[in-house]
Amino acid sequence: MARTRAATTTPERPQGQSDNPENETVQAPPAPRRKPGQARPNQPPMFGGLSGSRRNVLDLDDFSKEEIEHILLSADGMNEVLSRDVRKTPTLRGKTILTLFFENSTRTRVSFEQAGKVLGADVINVSASASSVSKGESLLNTVRTLEAMKIDVLVMRHPHSGAPYFVASKIDAAVVNAGDGTHAHPTQSLLDLYTMRRHLGDIAGKKVTIIGDLHFSRVARSDVWGLRKMGAEVTVCGPPTLLPYGLRPGTEQDESAAFTGVKVVDRVEEALEGADVVMALRIQRERQDSGNLPDLREYSKLYGINSERLALASPGALLMHPGPMNEGIEISSDVAHGAQAVIEEQVSNGVAIRMAVLYMLCARSRGGE
Amino acid sequence: MSKPIAITGGRVIDPAQGIDRLADVLLKDGVVQAVTDAPGNAPDGYEVIDATGLVVAPGFIDIHTHLREPGLEHKETIATGTRAAAAGGFTTICAMPNTEPNQDNASTVEWVLRTGREQGVVRVLAIGAVTLERAGKRLVEMAELADAGVIGFSDDGNPVADPNIMRQALTYSQVTGLPIINHCEEPSIAGAGQMQMGVIASHLGLAGVPSEAETVMVERDIALAELTGGRLHIAHLSTRRAVEAVRRAKERGLRVTAEATPHHVSITDAWVYGLGGATPDDGALSTVAYDTNTKVNPPLRTNDDVDAVVEGLADGTIDMIATDHAPHAATDKECTYQEAAHGISNIETAFGSCMVPVHAGTLSLEDLIERMTAAPARFLGRELGSLKPGLPADVVVLDPASEWTVDPSAFFSKGKNTPLAGTTLKGRVVTTLYAGEVVHEAGVAVE
Amino acid sequence: MSQRHDGLENQGRLIMSAEQLRRALVRISHEILERNERPVAIVGLHSRGVELARRIADLITSIEGVETDFGTLDPRLYRDDPDSASIKPVVPSEITFPVDGRPVVLVDDVLYTGRTIRAALDAIRDFGRPSSIQLAVLVDRGHRELPIRADYVGKNVPTAWGEEVRVMLEEVDGTDGVTLLRQSEATAYSLNPGGGQS
Repeated sequence: MARTRAATTTPERPQGQSDNPENETVQAPPAPRRKPGQARPNQPPMFGGLSGSRRNVLDLDDFSKEEIEHILLSADGMNEVLSRDVRKTPTLRGKTILTLFFENSTRTRVSFEQAGKVLGADVINVSASASSVSKGESLLNTVRTLEAMKIDVLVMRHPHSGAPYFVASKIDAAVVNAGDGTHAHPTQSLLDLYTMRRHLGDIAGKKVTIIGDLHFSRVARSDVWGLRKMGAEVTVCGPPTLLPYGLRPGTEQDESAAFTGVKVVDRVEEALEGADVVMALRIQRERQDSGNLPDLREYSKLYGINSERLALASPGALLMHPGPMNEGIEISSDVAHGAQAVIEEQVSNGVAIRMAVLYMLCARSRGGE
Repeated sequence: MSKPIAITGGRVIDPAQGIDRLADVLLKDGVVQAVTDAPGNAPDGYEVIDATGLVVAPGFIDIHTHLREPGLEHKETIATGTRAAAAGGFTTICAMPNTEPNQDNASTVEWVLRTGREQGVVRVLAIGAVTLERAGKRLVEMAELADAGVIGFSDDGNPVADPNIMRQALTYSQVTGLPIINHCEEPSIAGAGQMQMGVIASHLGLAGVPSEAETVMVERDIALAELTGGRLHIAHLSTRRAVEAVRRAKERGLRVTAEATPHHVSITDAWVYGLGGATPDDGALSTVAYDTNTKVNPPLRTNDDVDAVVEGLADGTIDMIATDHAPHAATDKECTYQEAAHGISNIETAFGSCMVPVHAGTLSLEDLIERMTAAPARFLGRELGSLKPGLPADVVVLDPASEWTVDPSAFFSKGKNTPLAGTTLKGRVVTTLYAGEVVHEAGVAVE
Repeated sequence: MSQRHDGLENQGRLIMSAEQLRRALVRISHEILERNERPVAIVGLHSRGVELARRIADLITSIEGVETDFGTLDPRLYRDDPDSASIKPVVPSEITFPVDGRPVVLVDDVLYTGRTIRAALDAIRDFGRPSSIQLAVLVDRGHRELPIRADYVGKNVPTAWGEEVRVMLEEVDGTDGVTLLRQSEATAYSLNPGGGQS
């Protein structure tokens, strides 16, 4: 499992224009399982500084800014391929990508499938229901079977946080997290960052406001990691019962945790002021059933994004939503389809981003080791 | 009957008798013969166990062990569980009733005790359920179970959630004079929580259990104990507020006792990251995160809670260490965190874990040994946990300074589920004797 | 921008001076016009091929007096070899003119194993069907692994395996020139013989 390359150095070079061989860094073996009291050895990013040695895409927390840039740049190249008449390249020919979704999702699964197919890979879709299989045993056995079938990439979505970490520790194939419980959704965040970049240019210093059910949102968590790495200023706002633990106005979050460096504001009007990007999160019906909210009507009244509220943001601010939308609840129909909304573009950018991610991962297995 | 044994040259610590000196311990005919005034006086004809440089103490007593038999033999059996106990230095263990069938009736209790006598490597006592099927609705026939030999009642695994049932249990149990051992966890607050509520749970996207789930029920039970006059024992006390509640209750002279587990005195919720308690630099998770071996009930708590539990042990608020040894089969843990069963297999690492605060200077070795010997013996009301002449020859020889690496594949327990795999503990059990026979020797396979 | 070289432009042997490089491009431009009656399209391969192609297209435009079609191509998605070049971000290709039925001249800086060109041939096919595909390179350093040859060559430079040919262009590096780095000098950069060169 451990791969090492000779450490080399590369001088400063202009972006994307150099034929100079790339920076290759040592990839340390996975951290020793547990040593109490001993600080974890300083490990270089798994992506190995663009050497294609990244094994998995589980969340954006272990991506460097350079890696994120790399993917955003490649997505431009992939978008060009998608604009051609012949939307197919032989890049991943002979590679097998398996999508294993334990939660329904048409758009994300189709997005991954298209991404793989445009790049020439074989894509197999497996749909499983977490409740219809006996607990535990089945996930492990399923994974072992897949391992035996020699797949190259496993794209998985599962209702339990941490499931792809468990799977990645058991199989050799690259694992791409298409959403795990309430924990992470890295490719969604990458496409969010890409969308922002296409409209606003450099993300550093931009004000991004995320409104809604942050506690249960894996998209928000990954977005915050990505935005922090890219230097954006993040503000969040939502009902007090739906804020992540410890995130109250005025509190400081542990440096190493999710939502570090994020500003918390209780009134949505204040949160929207001067924002360059407004991200409305989906509010789920379950929240009113489980007692987090009295009902959705009140949520909409206090936090719903409508044209009046959107006007508080910067002129030309982007309105984003991870989808699917509950029009009339967290977002009004008129702004959802209005000039500032880039929601459909988020979806189409998703294919290009996922192509870039798959390309990056498969380059590893094609690597000259 | 085997030869008489002299355990020579060790530092004998027997808190029940107030002994702490270099001495020889003489065992004959399965009972303790004497603790000599000074070492070097072993009579002829005695088999010698050299304990120079080591500590000699009464065999540990665990009042909270899950032996899984009958019904869950894939996780553990009485044979493997007692062998594991011996390796952990325990010569008396108490089988919790969450077996299949539950120990909520006399014949199951009798079966467990008989199997313990026939197949157990060390002494097995039994705990009866509080309610039928531990469902929290109807009390068991407590007198009947007391006659069968139970040492107390617990629905462990489950709390006695209904306050009125708890009240009746505390009242009715006085017929037997035995304690109600409650697993204090208010279900409606704990909800679907997977680990301690906090920043780490939020980071990992795992539902959190607030500490108040424990505190609320501890305070309730203390009030009920006061109301009813029953004997209350709090299982696996783990939070600061709850420790404080018990301290106040004792100050008021209430009949409340409490126990704490080896993991709650040594490791925290940070271990869920899979890095041996370290937090990942810059927060990036790796594939060792979501270590299901850390999933336990009550969950691993915060540093502050661990400090409070250690303080509680040091000042006697918490009377004893009880392992809550919870072995599971691999399939119960090789899955997502949410699917994983709760529990840590810890009876073989208990002493090592409990030595963490001793080495940190926050708990003395003598107090630790008291909490593992004299205190549980008092709780049981039995003549055990001491090297008084005439008591069973249950002895443990310890090396408090020996460093060793935890290797679950070498466990005698069927349960390999420990977050300590690959970590180093400082403090190990060298030899365990039960009724005058060696039942465990470090590094030696003993039948 | 020349800081990139950390002074290495002073190392190695200069095999083409700025003046020689410019003359070679002029000659190649004339040769292209000589061999092609119909209007050619000049397509530069990322990354240094792009600048060279732009210069050749400009030269042809100034000779002919008619705007020459110019495009860029990133053949990385069509490579089939384990290659460290694949780890750079994929860049959008830009072919905005018709490709069918007319000659296309691919331009790259160094021709080496031939694998980049093979990938470029596959890539062009997805844009259309040229009447012919020709190849212009500034330096041919030998060691072909595929039956690929250049139609227009600036300079033939026999090289050894561990050596590296560095093309510097004013637009990117601040100066024009080609140097040959020996094995020891090339160590600081990469020992991958396929790296960055076609």
